[in-house]
Amino acid sequence: MATLIIAAHHEQSVLPETFRVIHAAQSLPKPVSVLVAGSGCSVVAESVSRISGVDEVLLADDVAYQHQLPENLASLVAAQAGRFSHVLAPATTFGKNLMPRVAALLDVGQLSDVTAIESEDTVIRPIYAGNALAKVKSHDPIKVMTIRPPAFDPAPEQETPVAITSLDAAEPTDLSQFISLAETQSERPDLSVARVVISGGRGLGDKESFALIEQLADKLGGAIGASRAAVDAGYVSNDLQVGQTGKIVAPELYIAVGISGAIQHLAGMKESKVIVAINSDPEAPIFQIADYGLVGDLFDILPQLIEAV
Amino acid sequence: MKVLVAIKRVVDPYVKIRVNRDGTGVETNNVKMAMNPFCEIAVEEAVRLKEAGIAEEVVVVSAGDSLCQEQLRTALALGADRAIHIDTENNLEPLTVAKLLKAVMEKEQPGLVLLGKQSIDSDNNQVAQMLAALTGRPQGTFASKVVVEGDAVTVTREVDGGLETLALKLPAIISTDLRLNEPRYASLPNIMKAKKKPMDSVQPADLDVAITRHQEILSVSPPPERAGGVQVASVAELVDKLKNEAKVI
Repeated sequence: MATLIIAAHHEQSVLPETFRVIHAAQSLPKPVSVLVAGSGCSVVAESVSRISGVDEVLLADDVAYQHQLPENLASLVAAQAGRFSHVLAPATTFGKNLMPRVAALLDVGQLSDVTAIESEDTVIRPIYAGNALAKVKSHDPIKVMTIRPPAFDPAPEQETPVAITSLDAAEPTDLSQFISLAETQSERPDLSVARVVISGGRGLGDKESFALIEQLADKLGGAIGASRAAVDAGYVSNDLQVGQTGKIVAPELYIAVGISGAIQHLAGMKESKVIVAINSDPEAPIFQIADYGLVGDLFDILPQLIEAV
Repeated sequence: MKVLVAIKRVVDPYVKIRVNRDGTGVETNNVKMAMNPFCEIAVEEAVRLKEAGIAEEVVVVSAGDSLCQEQLRTALALGADRAIHIDTENNLEPLTVAKLLKAVMEKEQPGLVLLGKQSIDSDNNQVAQMLAALTGRPQGTFASKVVVEGDAVTVTREVDGGLETLALKLPAIISTDLRLNEPRYASLPNIMKAKKKPMDSVQPADLDVAITRHQEILSVSPPPERAGGVQVASVAELVDKLKNEAKVI
């Protein structure tokens, strides 16, 4: 059979997680088709056609898909799914919103947040906030899955682009309507793909102190993250939250500052290569998983660290 | 308008879970159970809609063995009017739960259905989306703000990169994110009153839904342990280790 990947894209560019899903699909049946659905997104389709591992690009360019509302998109994907054995999307808010709707339209189950593909029908996925790993076998004729992006490397680009096939437009539903998108502006690298992440927690005490985290992030060229406590306290916006209910990251270096290390936070960062914890409480659970721990007052340590790196 | 809220009984979020000895699942015997935290937020939102005069009745529903009646009672104590227990085995797949909820929706005809965005045991994040697909209704997932106006609902959603606002035609299916509200605690008088509130128990056969299995859990294992780390004494030592030992900066 064959594999279909739903491309995640935004403002005319392919999002990095799409590259990772394409790489994850390498062990799945070929050919690999990638669906680009949106409005005025032929540039995106051209970029996707130059990703290694892609055999065909399907382009659904229509105003009905402008804001990628699942009511319109799921019908499109389900209509295409007949000739595929596997349908994949990244486990981002985009993929999580869309794919279960697709699966239900196809009357099949979904494998969520897959971190490893064992065979064509068997995958590994974390459960209980990453405190257990389940090996799950699907009996469905079409395997619908969302892929946890940090668990896979990105696919490289290739020199020769593959063919782009245009799909017919669908009849849009009037069930839902896009009103607005309030984007968080940031000059720093995207949290989910950054090589270095510096996260702050409740220990920072107030919003202003987060400037220290920002300075360290800028020195290291890293992204900023936060614990749920810091988000709830209003120090930073919620799309910076790292954890089971926020973003899952796996950078080369993760520095947790003033974060105790609740289970729900660890679920979002414990796959990081090197973890550094800075905390005044030597008993904080974060020290149990940190490669390097430094006990002390973060207001003494951070300025020194910013100076030293 | 009637609001339907689906809730799930899960292992208490503050319990440190253990994989069972034969590697088939997680130990749930003699483990403290609770209402899934995202479901608590859904119940709270429904009760607030009732207090605002938008909802006339709040109906809570849960599928699982008889023990999940405990969580339905909790929801009644928090302000729900009536409960429906779908008497099934535990560990149903999300698609089956969505089919059961669809049948309840057809019977109850709610104007709005609220669910948590995911349960903290299976971490699937699927049921709301699947229910919306099966019923052909719009979905507002990961909601951090819900405003009902006339025959539509405006939902602000927590998406990667910011907040997205949508308008959905009612009836709509909404899944709650953490920041939608802060759930209240049940007071003792309300817990007592909840014991007298109606609770129906129905079988999947009554709802004309067959319990099917699309997936099989072959094994469950603990995640690989991280090697124990070291404590450093100073910033200088930390920077030295990161540069020369870990080579990450």
